[in-house]
Amino acid sequence: MNYELITWLIPLAPLLAFFIIFLVTYKNNRLSHSLAIGSAFISWLLSMIIIIFAVTNLEVIEKGISSSISWLPTAETWLKIGVQVDALTTITLFFVSWTILMIFIYSVGYHNFGQPEGDHDRPGLPPHGAEIIDQEGKHQHVPSIEPMYARFFGFFGLFAFAMYLLVVSNNLLTLYIGWEIMGLCSYLLIGFWYAKPSAKAAAQKAFLTTRIGDVFMLIGLAALYTITGSLQYEVIFSEDVIHNLATTISPVLGLSWAGLIGLLIFMGVVGKSSQFPLHIWLPDAMEGPTPVSAMIHAATMVSAGVYLAIRFFPVLSAGWDGGASITTPMLVMAVIGSFTALFSATIAVAQRDVKRVLAYSTISQLGFMIAALGVGAYVAAAFHLVTHAIFKALLFLGSGSIIHGMEHGVLHTQEHIDPQDMYNMGGLYKKMPITFATFVIGGFALAGFPFITAGFWSKDEILSGAFNGGFSIVFWVLAISAFITAFYTMRQISLVFLGKARTEAAKHAHETPNTMTVPLIVLSFFAITIGWVGIPEYFPVIGGLVPNWLETFLGTMLHGEHVVVEHHSSIPLITSLVVSLGGLFLGGLLYRSITETDKDPLEWSLSGFYKVLANKYYVDEFYQFVFIRPAEWVSEKIVYQLFDQKIFDGFLHGIGKISIWLGEKFRYWFDLPVINRGGDKLASGTRKIGTNLKVTQSGRIQDYMILALAFSLLGGFIFYLILF
Amino acid sequence: MIPLSWYLILAAVLFSIGMFGAISRKNAVAVLISIELMLNAVNINILAFWHYHSQLLGYTEINGLVFAAVVIIAAAAEVAIGLAIILAVYRVRKTVVASDINVLKG
Repeated sequence: MNYELITWLIPLAPLLAFFIIFLVTYKNNRLSHSLAIGSAFISWLLSMIIIIFAVTNLEVIEKGISSSISWLPTAETWLKIGVQVDALTTITLFFVSWTILMIFIYSVGYHNFGQPEGDHDRPGLPPHGAEIIDQEGKHQHVPSIEPMYARFFGFFGLFAFAMYLLVVSNNLLTLYIGWEIMGLCSYLLIGFWYAKPSAKAAAQKAFLTTRIGDVFMLIGLAALYTITGSLQYEVIFSEDVIHNLATTISPVLGLSWAGLIGLLIFMGVVGKSSQFPLHIWLPDAMEGPTPVSAMIHAATMVSAGVYLAIRFFPVLSAGWDGGASITTPMLVMAVIGSFTALFSATIAVAQRDVKRVLAYSTISQLGFMIAALGVGAYVAAAFHLVTHAIFKALLFLGSGSIIHGMEHGVLHTQEHIDPQDMYNMGGLYKKMPITFATFVIGGFALAGFPFITAGFWSKDEILSGAFNGGFSIVFWVLAISAFITAFYTMRQISLVFLGKARTEAAKHAHETPNTMTVPLIVLSFFAITIGWVGIPEYFPVIGGLVPNWLETFLGTMLHGEHVVVEHHSSIPLITSLVVSLGGLFLGGLLYRSITETDKDPLEWSLSGFYKVLANKYYVDEFYQFVFIRPAEWVSEKIVYQLFDQKIFDGFLHGIGKISIWLGEKFRYWFDLPVINRGGDKLASGTRKIGTNLKVTQSGRIQDYMILALAFSLLGGFIFYLILF
Repeated sequence: MIPLSWYLILAAVLFSIGMFGAISRKNAVAVLISIELMLNAVNINILAFWHYHSQLLGYTEINGLVFAAVVIIAAAAEVAIGLAIILAVYRVRKTVVASDINVLKG
């Protein structure tokens, strides 16, 4: 089979679906979602072919499947674009294709396909539900179909295209194109319900915040292109170029070019993967429909940032010898990653919205990966990327299912409560058993429940990477974050599913349709099994039973510089056991039986600090105060009132006055005397001449004849005089 | 042999009479007749010069005759058009007096 061609084709199917949906089938909901899911399926199938080929042919992967074409002529060379498949692409394709396909299918149920249209629904707002009369003649409230159903799938097609493009690219140019299209899709889909002011604001916030990172990234790409003359991975990551980059000094802060470019690109990663200080957009992004949160803001798009960091690891770590003296970008990554992990984990503890908890846990987990890269635990970062994408997609879809079930209850009881607030839930395990089971699997994977779940293995890898590398501060920060992670996960599970129902709506919640539960089941399968591919060989008892396939597989990516950790301490293992079990236990203990009237147990134990956590450390307020308000002040006072009104308007008014003065002068000194009177004179003169000449025109033919005779005589006479 | 000047004098007299008639006569038909007179005066001139030129050469050339014939043809055509115009004017204005037909008076 022609594997290069297949790789080219992977991104194209969703792009085609996007165009067809928007140009042709946007009025037909069934056709539109069939097209979108069909295209996602084709991409999934092609990805699976590629993955199976890659996994069974390790020696091919070591060289990499690669194909490129010349795209744009530049001065001397061509800008090339192309595709490639290596180990990182393969594992990324794996979770991307699975999550995209599952979320596409899930969206059909989430957007209430097959339900009647709502009476008061309009585009730009979530459906309010419809009132129907059942067979017994009773009025019933049922969920109604999303008014912009086809549009949603169109955007999803575009998004899937961009993600696949980013994954299979073999150069930074198309990667950046995919990166930016995803930014656009993120904006469009967060603001999918654009008539909600909060959604509109969140969409703008997400777009602008990620843009800050993207600008730095673009500068980094430009610098890279200027120095290396290429954006192809094979050129950039070749050992000569890396060596050059690492040894030449850039004009900024005495960093090497590799360090400078690494930092700039890392800024893009910070924006995309929502790391501190650009993390503020991701929680707000939960305003979008839940499949969007699952796909873009948990599983794929935010993973793209980490993917880029992993992809770029050779540059980021250029000059690193594998020991404790890490490069500047790595140091920055370790600091930002571990800080973000802890910082957002603590925020997640105090959130009441079921999706916001997950949003902050996403930020926290992405921080884990960044920190892992910072300490050089390359394989662990990639491993956690995969497992996190799977279980976070599962958790988000689960939360969507919970919200959906709650909305069903809200419609039924006509209560005015927030269906996303966890304090309005409780006891849902009886109502929604499938959602409960899958959510618990996802949650335990997130918490790192020992041995069974995928999250345990990947998180353990990160912790042991940090510990064995000698970065004890990073290790302890991550360990505390892992403990908090387990705690808030159990808090969430307890609040949502355990105990007694705290509202009427929760009592009438309902299991969601098959299109929603089947993806949950599929993903929960992977949330458990995917961890088994990366069990370290030194692990007690079960280590070595299954070969550490991932390590071997991803090891092909590193040019022999990967350092195998020789000494294995049992401290990280014991720590990960303690933190995950301890966190889960504590969370369950505190929140197992909260009733309607109870306050959050943390609220009295942490008192004032709880408020700080619930308000996300006031980072938004801080940005409001430091950046937005001054910017508004500058726009209002300086740009508008001083520059615009005084200087520019004054200048323009001055020009206007001068023009009027000049115009009057022109009128009195030139227009009136010369043009007007001159014209009049010309007319009256002509008239006078005409009146005088009129006499000659008697109208009598013989007068003319005499005249002609006289003139010819005169002419003859003159002719005679001249001639002789 | 009649000298050339006699012919020329006759032609000049005829031309002057024609010219006077064309200018002074009121009747348009008479004006037309006067124009014919002038044309004939010209013809006499042409033929006289042709004749004397042939005698000087000692043989007969035909070109003078051709000239005279062309003038006669032109005169005939002119009369035809002129009379037609006069008739047409007469039908509309019921007059052939040239000085009354002064629509073009400024």
